[in-house]
Amino acid sequence: MPGPDDGVGEVALIRIVAVKFLQAVPVILIISILAFLLLSLLPGDPALIIAGEQASPAAVEQVRRQLGLDRSFLEQLGIWLFNLAQGNFGSSLVLNQSVLSAVAERLPVTLSLAALSISFTIPVGVLLGSVAAYFRRTWIDSAVMTVALLGVSIPAFWIAILGVILFSVQLGWVPSSGFAPISQGVGPWFASLALPALILSLFQIGFLARMTRSAMLDVLGQDYIRTARAKGLSEWRTVGKHALRNALILIITATGILLSAAIGGSVIIEQVFALPGIGRMVVQAILARDYPLVQGTMLILGFTFVMINLIVDILYTLADPRVRHD
Amino acid sequence: MTDTGLGSLTTVHAIAAPRGYGAWRRLLRHRSFVIGSSIILLLTLAAVLAPLISPVDPSAMRVRFRFRPPSQAFWFGTDMFGRDVFTRVLYGARVSLFVGFAVCVVSGLCSAILGVIAAQFRRLDGAIMRLMDALMSFPAILLALGIAAALGPRVSSVIIALTVAYIPAGVRIVRAAALTVREMDFVQAAQVSGASSLRIVLRHILPNCLSPLLVHLTFIFAYAMLAEAALSFLGVGIQPPIASWGNIIAEGRDYATEAWWVMLFPGIAISLAALSLNLLGDALGDMLDPRLKGGE
Repeated sequence: MPGPDDGVGEVALIRIVAVKFLQAVPVILIISILAFLLLSLLPGDPALIIAGEQASPAAVEQVRRQLGLDRSFLEQLGIWLFNLAQGNFGSSLVLNQSVLSAVAERLPVTLSLAALSISFTIPVGVLLGSVAAYFRRTWIDSAVMTVALLGVSIPAFWIAILGVILFSVQLGWVPSSGFAPISQGVGPWFASLALPALILSLFQIGFLARMTRSAMLDVLGQDYIRTARAKGLSEWRTVGKHALRNALILIITATGILLSAAIGGSVIIEQVFALPGIGRMVVQAILARDYPLVQGTMLILGFTFVMINLIVDILYTLADPRVRHD
Repeated sequence: MTDTGLGSLTTVHAIAAPRGYGAWRRLLRHRSFVIGSSIILLLTLAAVLAPLISPVDPSAMRVRFRFRPPSQAFWFGTDMFGRDVFTRVLYGARVSLFVGFAVCVVSGLCSAILGVIAAQFRRLDGAIMRLMDALMSFPAILLALGIAAALGPRVSSVIIALTVAYIPAGVRIVRAAALTVREMDFVQAAQVSGASSLRIVLRHILPNCLSPLLVHLTFIFAYAMLAEAALSFLGVGIQPPIASWGNIIAEGRDYATEAWWVMLFPGIAISLAALSLNLLGDALGDMLDPRLKGGE
């Protein structure tokens, strides 16, 4: 029953949150097993592939023992899950480091990049989408939506290379590669991330603008907007307050997708700009056949996104009273 | 559970799907549809007819002609081995469009089957959807990267990797559509009149899930092509000497300042292809979901 009967609402809310938590448990287990299975996708003998074609038989045997590949499948899975339960995500074969510390070391770079790009994305994307919806079927709508369409169609790594040529090589505004940690000052930090973050946000801005436009169109057609207009509320209050506030629910939902797109996109962007983040580490690990590092990193990111999606889901439930009465 | 994925925007409005000639005529008057489908048809033709359009071998190295800028003889210039970039972009279209289309078809089939099973056999619903949640917890490109890297650098690995990465969103869409359709009167009527459940699924539920899935798959085609290019660019996708738009850009990157044409043209090709598919998807979405047409 929609309405301010909070007694019923709160109990339902707690139940929904509890169910969502419980649903996350099997997901985490499945992710752990999927990451484990990644190694068994390798065609042929994983120990031989990881050690390399030229490795001596002794070296291959050492890799086999080190990774526990000489044990049975179920034993390996058991050990894998047991280690995970203790927070042991394995170790890199190349870096001489545990996966967890390798990821922790590179986290600030990727996190800075993702945060900066999302802080570009949300205001610009929401503004563009709202403007397009408000001026629907005019040239403003067409122009904004064409830009958004380009954003989701142009490959980021390509525009990144063009961006480096223009802004670093030709104009010399920003360094062409490398990362300056924030401890060296905000200026150099921002300069090293501005271009990659901007390029990373192009796709997201396009995506969010398109999503915002259709949500706003939905909201602007609702009866309560007509009522607000009919009772003489200013256009700013009607659209700015009533419509946008309802569309904000959508933005909460979009944040999970945007974060996922930002981390996924950073895999590619970090490579172009030689930023020492998690994405670049994964690509290098793949090229160096450091599969345990790939496995462990994917697992950590997978866990992180289960948590992010859980939080998004709960916030969404809190923000939209209709969901509670489902 | 709430669908926080892409699915939330494209839920079912299949019931209102236009049928027959009227629908065709409306599609042909839809600007995005006409532009999008023309470009993608042209690109497909160019890919299929590549050997006729350019009789040169895409891998033929002629060191004499290294780094020639675009000209009458070499429309898109030549690369560091003197290979003709125009020809390579044409052949790259074959790989990129094939990968995109294959991912589209295979992930579409898997999504339809899994989505309908989840909606129809409620006992399997939890297991299927938790597996999809798990797959969706990885950023799609990262999941594809991991799988492609493990399977080895082949066209088939790229297709498998991207298919797995894009199945979950499709399953959510089909499941949501099927759950809505199954409550509709005509399905209930079919049930009451004694139709077998296989018949109900095949005749009533599946056809009514197809339009949201079709719209979704048009976007997946675009995403898959962009992702293939990214994987090939990173060196985990299609390997040289086979030309793919992604690996031509990767090869051209090192001398992008001097020989900008090597990386410029394949990038334009990818953008055009993705743009046309996105336009097509928008047009189909408009036609199949009258609510989002805007204006009304």
